[in-house]
Amino acid sequence: MVASGPFDFDLCSRNAYLESKGVKPPRLTKTGTTIVGLIFKDGVVLGADTRSTSDTTVADKNCEKIHFIAPNIYCCGAGTAADTENVTGMVSSALELHRYATDRESRVVTAMTMLKSHLFRYQGHVSAALVLGGVDLRGPHLFTVYPHGSTDSLPYATMGSGSLNAMAVFEEGYKEGLDRMGAVKLVARAIRSGIFNDLGSGSNVDVCVITRGKVDYMRNYEYLMDKTVARETPVVYPPGTAPVLKEKRWKINSTRPSEAAAGGSAEAMDVS
Amino acid sequence: MSIFEYNGAAIIAMAGKECVAIGSDLRLGVQFQTLATDYKKVYRIHDKLYIGLAGLSTDAQTLFHRFVFKHNMYKLREERDMKPATFSQMVSSTLYEKRFGPYFVSPVIAGLDPDTSEPYLAGMDTIGAIETAKDFMVAGTAPDSLYGMCESMWRPNMEAEELFETVSQCLQSGSDRDALSGWGAVVFVITKDEVIARTLKGRMD
Amino acid sequence: MAYQMATPAHSAHGAPRAHPSWSPYDNNGGTCVAVAGQDYCVVAASTRMSTGFSILKRDSSLFLQLSDQLVIVTAGFQADSRTLHKTLQTRYVQYQFAHRRPMSVGAMAQLLGNTLYYKRFFPYYTFNLCAGLDAEGKGAVYTYDAVGSHERVGFSCQGSGKDLIQPVLDNQLKAASPLVLPPEEWMTSLPLAEAVDLVKDAFVSAGERDIYTGDAVEILIITKEGTRKEVIPLKKD
Repeated sequence: MVASGPFDFDLCSRNAYLESKGVKPPRLTKTGTTIVGLIFKDGVVLGADTRSTSDTTVADKNCEKIHFIAPNIYCCGAGTAADTENVTGMVSSALELHRYATDRESRVVTAMTMLKSHLFRYQGHVSAALVLGGVDLRGPHLFTVYPHGSTDSLPYATMGSGSLNAMAVFEEGYKEGLDRMGAVKLVARAIRSGIFNDLGSGSNVDVCVITRGKVDYMRNYEYLMDKTVARETPVVYPPGTAPVLKEKRWKINSTRPSEAAAGGSAEAMDVS
Repeated sequence: MSIFEYNGAAIIAMAGKECVAIGSDLRLGVQFQTLATDYKKVYRIHDKLYIGLAGLSTDAQTLFHRFVFKHNMYKLREERDMKPATFSQMVSSTLYEKRFGPYFVSPVIAGLDPDTSEPYLAGMDTIGAIETAKDFMVAGTAPDSLYGMCESMWRPNMEAEELFETVSQCLQSGSDRDALSGWGAVVFVITKDEVIARTLKGRMD
Repeated sequence: MAYQMATPAHSAHGAPRAHPSWSPYDNNGGTCVAVAGQDYCVVAASTRMSTGFSILKRDSSLFLQLSDQLVIVTAGFQADSRTLHKTLQTRYVQYQFAHRRPMSVGAMAQLLGNTLYYKRFFPYYTFNLCAGLDAEGKGAVYTYDAVGSHERVGFSCQGSGKDLIQPVLDNQLKAASPLVLPPEEWMTSLPLAEAVDLVKDAFVSAGERDIYTGDAVEILIITKEGTRKEVIPLKKD
């Protein structure tokens, strides 16, 4: 194993061989996604929908796309779910250590630089498209970070498959120096536009307001989606419906009957 | 062909009232050739924590042994079992480490919180993107069939026996429309103080 | 890997093509279901029309209602579906002029099969169900593939949400455990109200997971008294 960077490339040659034999690579969970952010009078508002998809199927109906970076910085993620989760996690841990070492509040540009240098190193293969926002000693900041490592500093920004829907709302409604109420409402409206008009986005609206010294993370700020009709006659299977061939029961933390082992039975370790 | 469809699998985990159930089908095949009809895809980590591994069987077995190793190391350090949420973070980072050369496995984790007996469910893609759910989690060669059944049949606050019947029906009707899974099923129901493992008869075609 | 829809960017002679990945087909999504009962037929279809990640229309009907006893419902590519419906409507009228009697479900089913097979090598990208009441007044459902292979069944579904719905219908309209009970007749004995309830729930559930199923579902309830229509809202995201 060559230990360089956070990844292990052990299985690459095997997988490349399989691919050369006509095997398709697996489907990854994407966050189809509408994510947005804007700068208002006293800080930054971030917003996101809560749907994650695997191809045309909804994988998670209420996932979290606004990730914690530092107490004064949050980051919305679009793209491959695992990449957004891990890239924000890595930067978050690095910044925490940095704060311990320097005893200073983290800066948004630091987070942005760490994100872009990681993403640039992997040439777009780590597919995370981010909206990074926070308030530091230099005031409110908002950045977009693209999968290849380029960044923009903007007063209002959108990303993901619903970015055009959301941007249409921002272009129509954004003004400099919005108050908190107006900013949150505009962000929620932009996300709703993505939820209803983009098939990759859906379910609920998450909003995060960052002001100096205070963060208001409003998970499911708007809870939009419940089933429209409930069944009049719910299906209840009477006990004994399933044809049981064998049954084994055991009390928790007692010795299990030998046959009741699951698929793989690893030998119990003696830790006495 | 996708390597995911090489061996075939159907796995469902479902939450009930202070109980969880996790089950898998029993077929092991090489594409359309059935090799074994007693191959469980659900693995025990400890009495209140099970993991289902769908996908390429060779990777599933390798991974399971790595998880057991890591769990044992944790027990030696901490002198306690891993909680479900801790375990799924461990699974996730094990998978993401191989971001650019993944194990062809998608895991489903089902467990009970040792203190509150609250059900814990999580699922992942091949590179460890965790998704948690309050209701059910599926994986396998026909996830849409399983999703459809679970979405229609799941109800909140099911007791252990109801939960068992519901998971069984979802697994069986879900895998009956999948050529690569089936041949009976195994379902583990985990309650506060007991584990019930049942083997089910299913269609043999 | 033998079959790919996308053509290579260069033709056999090596000259670049103007549209390297152009396809005559699109998939506009949508799901349809039909359930045959002893004296009724329930036919339902979602009303969202989409392409890629965009919604084109939220109230697009998938039905071709030929009479109050006979309906065809089509998912797949909307342009092909329109063309197919136009052809079938014409042939339906011509049949009645020629034979001086209404067209039976069986006759329409066969005609649809022939029409699809006629385009065997440039198929209509459509997935059909033909439903109505047969000569005895029993529910009849015919299910098709894109090139006209068909079969009379007790219930079926087609379109983008079929993988989600079919196992639910299997489970509810057949005996819950096919191994412990003797096999039952293929036509369900479920009362009409429960069948409608099941179909509604199937669409609500499919709408949760399939991004192409949503907005609303139209339900046609066909009995000997005629056809009744219900529209149920679905989630709009």
